[in-house]
Amino acid sequence: MSNLLEVNQVSKSFGDFKALNNASISVPKGSIFGLLGPNGAGKTTLIRIINQITMPDTGTVHLDGDLLNGSHIKDIGYLPEERGLYKSMKVGEQALYLAQLKGLSKAEAKTRLKYWFERLEIGDWWNKKIQELSKGMAQKIQFIVTVLHEPKLLIFDEPFSGFDPINANLIKDEILRLRENGATVIFSTHRMESVEELCDDIALIHKSNKILDGKLIDIKRQYKINTFEVGIKTANSDALRTELLQKFDVSLANFRTLEDDLKLNIKLNAGDSPNDLLSFLTAKGEVSHFVELIPSVNDIFIQTVKNN
Amino acid sequence: MNHLPLIIKREYLTKVKNKSFIVMTILSPLIMIALISVVAYLSQLNNDKVRVITVLDESGFVQDVFENTERTKYHVLENMSLTDAKKLAEETGSVGLLHVATPNSIDDVSNHIKFYSEESPSLSLISDLETKLEHKLTDVKLQENGVDVAMINASKIHVNIGQESFAGEKTSKIDSVMKLAFGGAAGYLLFMFIIIYGNMIMRSVIEEKTSRIIEVIISSVKPIQLMLGKIIGTSLAGITQFVIWLIIGGVLLSLVSIIFGVNLQTPQQDMMEQAMANPELNMQVQDLINAFFYLPLANLIIAFLLFFIGGYLLYSSLYAAIGAAVDNETDTQQFMLPIIMPLVLAVYIGIFTVVEDPHGTVSVVFSFIPLTSPVVMLMRIPFGVPLWQQLVSLLILIATFMFTVWFAAKIYRVGILMYGKKPTYKELMKWIKY
Repeated sequence: MSNLLEVNQVSKSFGDFKALNNASISVPKGSIFGLLGPNGAGKTTLIRIINQITMPDTGTVHLDGDLLNGSHIKDIGYLPEERGLYKSMKVGEQALYLAQLKGLSKAEAKTRLKYWFERLEIGDWWNKKIQELSKGMAQKIQFIVTVLHEPKLLIFDEPFSGFDPINANLIKDEILRLRENGATVIFSTHRMESVEELCDDIALIHKSNKILDGKLIDIKRQYKINTFEVGIKTANSDALRTELLQKFDVSLANFRTLEDDLKLNIKLNAGDSPNDLLSFLTAKGEVSHFVELIPSVNDIFIQTVKNN
Repeated sequence: MNHLPLIIKREYLTKVKNKSFIVMTILSPLIMIALISVVAYLSQLNNDKVRVITVLDESGFVQDVFENTERTKYHVLENMSLTDAKKLAEETGSVGLLHVATPNSIDDVSNHIKFYSEESPSLSLISDLETKLEHKLTDVKLQENGVDVAMINASKIHVNIGQESFAGEKTSKIDSVMKLAFGGAAGYLLFMFIIIYGNMIMRSVIEEKTSRIIEVIISSVKPIQLMLGKIIGTSLAGITQFVIWLIIGGVLLSLVSIIFGVNLQTPQQDMMEQAMANPELNMQVQDLINAFFYLPLANLIIAFLLFFIGGYLLYSSLYAAIGAAVDNETDTQQFMLPIIMPLVLAVYIGIFTVVEDPHGTVSVVFSFIPLTSPVVMLMRIPFGVPLWQQLVSLLILIATFMFTVWFAAKIYRVGILMYGKKPTYKELMKWIKY
């Protein structure tokens, strides 16, 4: 699978402050790419460079094989974190204007807007003014405006902020559907559970440097700790613990079970097979719980940032 | 992609459809006309009052000086003591009592004239009386010295110097008044236009920042396009408003003068009518009409358009940059001063210096300095400015305009994405380098 977006060795300084230092990312076509990093790491600067709002000092950006240029504006849909709409303009007029700025003809924009307004069940808002809408309602309009011109690359910066869980879910489903229809999505957020749920690839930017990137699953493998969470019902739990302690690194685990089980985290030694552990345990009592502990994106984020 | 027409259209339509804009457009001329009518009405009330001046002449020299006019009646007393005259004047409600006491000789009369009144009389009343008395007494004195007054009057010659430039263009005094009016109006119009619509541009930039729509827009269009679109769209809205004001103002003004019968004519028009009735003044009317056609009209119109557009764009790009640099309107004060100062300076120079000497050093120098040149040059041009000066000034203006647009676009590009703290001048300089 080829990459839709290639950011190569991009640096950007504002005065003495270096916002990006030789950052490179590759976004595979058709993927959902999580762009992560603490506040002020340089994510927004990178996104603005991709949108040609800011020019990089050094480095190149290629979209679909071509060096980024003015004609790519229509290929990108950008939902910034700091977003808003003209307060005193009517919803329909405003959406038409923004769509035309992205290169759609007025008639085409109108047809597509009608479709999306129906789809998100906001058809009767056309003649309302933005100041009459709630924040979540305005966010829906912004989402529509972002995706309306059917860009190859969609960039969402905190897309779920301001949405209630129902609407957040609605938007999430729309994002997934857009991906199925061939769009590539860059997704910047601090909500790790949505990264976990949606992203195929991630990159982590910290203090202007990219410190981690790749397929989410590869990164998880790389960070795996060979630890299993175990729940077992046994007559003599103290004896079992002592026995386990001689072989493995064992600590008490904390999760909910229906029965009063012994709950442990057991770290396998190099070369040990989980099956061996399982058969050992089943001989001792009734195993109610046996799960490999996979590091969450949250853990990886915190750990990587702390180590740098 | 060129989105400029689209942006201009939106800026124009949102401005024109804005409720407060519509209200202002319709209400402003109404308020202006209402004010003018009130003032005209009040001054007419004042004029209608007939004032009576009681005169007691004990010298016998000046009795026949006082001719009643429409608004002033003279009540000439005879054979009465000063005390009685004062009492009478007070009782009959005269403005005052003019008393000429018996002098020792004609040379002494001037020391024996007094004006008694309850309230201090107006300056014009006193000087009017003084002129009348001086004329009469001079005549009496001349006659006493054996000079024939009738002969003197018959020998008086009125001189009216005809003016003509070396190139053969005829000019006159009236010409200068006309030039002043044209230049002043053009310069002042530009000044007003910059202040009103420059502010409007600034507010609209700030609005885009505070509503946070700017980043959405800026991912589709280049900042400079957005800035130029704003400036042009707002200017077109401004021109629309001006034209509507002119039309409503004109219609209302004629309506008001018909309904109230208030004389709203300008002194020139008055003069013209008098002249029509009076064949002696006909020459001057001819001059006035000629003066209009002798104005360098073609030059005036072309220069007006060029300097107006140049000056307006120069200032409005600065306004746009200020709007981009700050987050809310209260923060703009600090940056407004350097813009308002040269503008006000230009108008003052136009009013005081150009009128005095349109081709003096100060006038010439300031008609080259780009921030003042539009206003000052517009005021100078009716007096005839060499073409090379106009061209040089225009070139400087265009060069400066390109520089300010570049400069403003830099600040704009960075500023629109900066939120929070108000930048200092030092930081603005840094933004240029980003």
